[in-house]
Amino acid sequence: MFESLSEKLGSVFDRLRGRGALSEADVDTALREVRVALIEADVALPVIKSFMTTVREKAVGSDVLKSVTPGQMVIKIVNDALVDMLGPDDVPLNLNTAPPAIILMVGLQGSGKTTTSGKLARQLHQKEKKSVMLASLDVSRPAARQQLRLLGEQAGVGVVPEQDNDTPVMIAKRAIEAARLKSSDVLILDTAGRTTIDTALMAEVKEIAKLAKPVEILLVADAMTGQDAVTTATAFNEAIDITGIILTRADGDSRGGAALSMRHVTGCPIKYLGVGEKQDALETFSAERMAGRILGMGDVVGLVEKAAETIEAEEAERMAKRMAKGQFDMTDFLTQLRQLKKMGGMGGLLGLLPGIGKMQKAIKAAGIDDSFFNRQEAIILSMNKKERRQVALLNASRRRRIAEGSGTSVQDVNKLVKQYQDMAKMMKRLGKAGGNDPAALASMFGGGPGGEAGAAPGEMPDLSKLGGGFPGMGGGLPGLGGGFPGLGSLPRPGNKKKKR
Amino acid sequence: MSFFGRLKAGLGKTASRLTETITSVVKKKKLDQETLDDLFDALVMADLGMEATEKLIKDLKSKRFDTEVSSEEIRETLAEGVAEILEPIAIPLQPDAAHRPFVVLMVGVNGSGKTTTAGKLAELWQTEGKTVIMAAADTFRAAAIDQLKIWGERTGCEVIHGEPGGDAAAIAYQGLEKAINQNADILIIDTAGRLQARQELMDELAKIRRVLEKKGVGAPHASILVLDGTVGQNAISQVKAFNEATPLSGLIVTKLDGSARGGIVVALAEQFGMPVHAVGVGETKEDLKPFEALDFGKALVGLTEHIQ
Repeated sequence: MFESLSEKLGSVFDRLRGRGALSEADVDTALREVRVALIEADVALPVIKSFMTTVREKAVGSDVLKSVTPGQMVIKIVNDALVDMLGPDDVPLNLNTAPPAIILMVGLQGSGKTTTSGKLARQLHQKEKKSVMLASLDVSRPAARQQLRLLGEQAGVGVVPEQDNDTPVMIAKRAIEAARLKSSDVLILDTAGRTTIDTALMAEVKEIAKLAKPVEILLVADAMTGQDAVTTATAFNEAIDITGIILTRADGDSRGGAALSMRHVTGCPIKYLGVGEKQDALETFSAERMAGRILGMGDVVGLVEKAAETIEAEEAERMAKRMAKGQFDMTDFLTQLRQLKKMGGMGGLLGLLPGIGKMQKAIKAAGIDDSFFNRQEAIILSMNKKERRQVALLNASRRRRIAEGSGTSVQDVNKLVKQYQDMAKMMKRLGKAGGNDPAALASMFGGGPGGEAGAAPGEMPDLSKLGGGFPGMGGGLPGLGGGFPGLGSLPRPGNKKKKR
Repeated sequence: MSFFGRLKAGLGKTASRLTETITSVVKKKKLDQETLDDLFDALVMADLGMEATEKLIKDLKSKRFDTEVSSEEIRETLAEGVAEILEPIAIPLQPDAAHRPFVVLMVGVNGSGKTTTAGKLAELWQTEGKTVIMAAADTFRAAAIDQLKIWGERTGCEVIHGEPGGDAAAIAYQGLEKAINQNADILIIDTAGRLQARQELMDELAKIRRVLEKKGVGAPHASILVLDGTVGQNAISQVKAFNEATPLSGLIVTKLDGSARGGIVVALAEQFGMPVHAVGVGETKEDLKPFEALDFGKALVGLTEHIQ
């Protein structure tokens, strides 16, 4: 896989960590690596240069605090500069105007305007209880208007009906009229994708902007965009004064480059991130989290939020009680496995965990992927109810039967049982400590792949070899219910106000 | 507009910027290290990536270092260097008549232009007198099936489709059966966009391939990764991951009519030697053009006056 920026910076700072003092030479060495890493992460060169100047000024000559290593100091400076450049966070849509507040969506072909329009409409309607109307001005791409109509229907908002031979300008007029008649709070105008050198189409979008007087002009751009991000963002901004950026496909494995570039050259905030194909996969932007991801510190906040959304609060409470009493059985284990899968499986989860960049390869080498969870699930499902409650019942012949039933081997079953036992033990500890035992928590989240990771092909990986440190692998990962004590008190989905 | 015209217009932005950079950095008569460093940056800014850039600069250095050069000459050398990298991978897609139907699987990330490219390929092959069937295996994105159906109407070829949300592999298989029964020359299967980091979606793609293979006719005969010309270094990860799910025959690079540069193609050629079958230079059905290495190289570095 593409070596992500996190890994790159990780190796740079590993080298720095060993040293005693932060010298000018250290800073320059680190920054050279940072530069290459940023280029490989598609941050535009002019942006990198400006970033480097800032960081260098701050880094050289700054006092290294006694309690931190020089490496940590540089990380902090780089991180702070990144956060500064990426922020601010959570900039809300500006809808303060006589209704309808008009939002104009613009961008290149295939950047995700239509999907994002649908997501935005859904969010404004379902979470902020606005009456929303959608209109597609895209008469170029076949079925673009149908696509928006379907998305509008799914979101439960009004969609301006299609008419043949309409021009985008005519549709815009009709849409504004319709939104006024229906006294909609918000009207979202989805436009056709256009390249910034297409003067005719750029003139058209200017005309639409002039006519509609949108309060928000949002540039929808692909997070995977290369150096072109600057060109595109600048051109749209010069033509129609965009007010914000929505970065789509932020759930992919490209990280941050385009965000940094576009934020920098337009001066416009990044308002949302598109993080999946489903219509609710739209997140507000957090510079801290983005910078953290870039620097390989992991998106812990994102992980917690995701856990809170996925795991039913009541279920978590129920589980926590059972754990405290040491009643954690195979059925609970199964529930946790399934919740883990629901959270996006290994792929979705790993990206969120701190320091995981380097570990990802080790995990892959150990054969732990989503199919691994499927096999575990199969093993538990091949146990009868009694066995699931009383694991002690599992003698050799039962284990053989279970292995055959689940298409695995007895060793696989043994490993699962061992894992279950480790986990149950940890659960008990956590339960006793009221979920606040730092040592137990640390053993769930800290550390790295302690032992050598490796399993023969086709063999079920032995998780204990990965070292108890890997979050929950040795016995904790599926233990999110326990790993995040007091989940019940976390913000519930749909009521996501972040504290910071 | 001719291919060159479009490519020229398309690469115009890049070309003009690269040209500007080249012209502005070559102030001194002799090619010195400082100029080389600036040229290095200019190439990086065209998405050529570190490896290819290093190679090109090294090449330029070995040929012209400390000699008197004009910006024109530098461009020539760079264009030739780019063309040299691209020449071996400029391989048009020729459906093999021995396979009937010749099955083409369109894959790529969301929004790269798979459906549009499928439509353009259908047009190209229909006008060559071949019978083409398309299968709408993107059952996920809203109205994706409708979009392909409209391309079917435009190009006059039949579109096999199911219900939205249906099983993509089943549609692909039905398409294959239909194409065999009707003795069609070519079957184009349009698949849903998927991010390569989403393993479950990549597994679904591998399943589509396996289901096609089961028919025992050697399908798919070509798996084409449709790559957005504005994508940066992430293209490398795309090529790797998709190639794992279904071995790729090559790329079609889209959206080169924009401010897109497509410099990433050079990085991909350098790293994988992955063939480029064609480039998409516009939204109409004729806008799919063969990939020409030297023209591309020249357009990229701004030797537009040589392109007619």
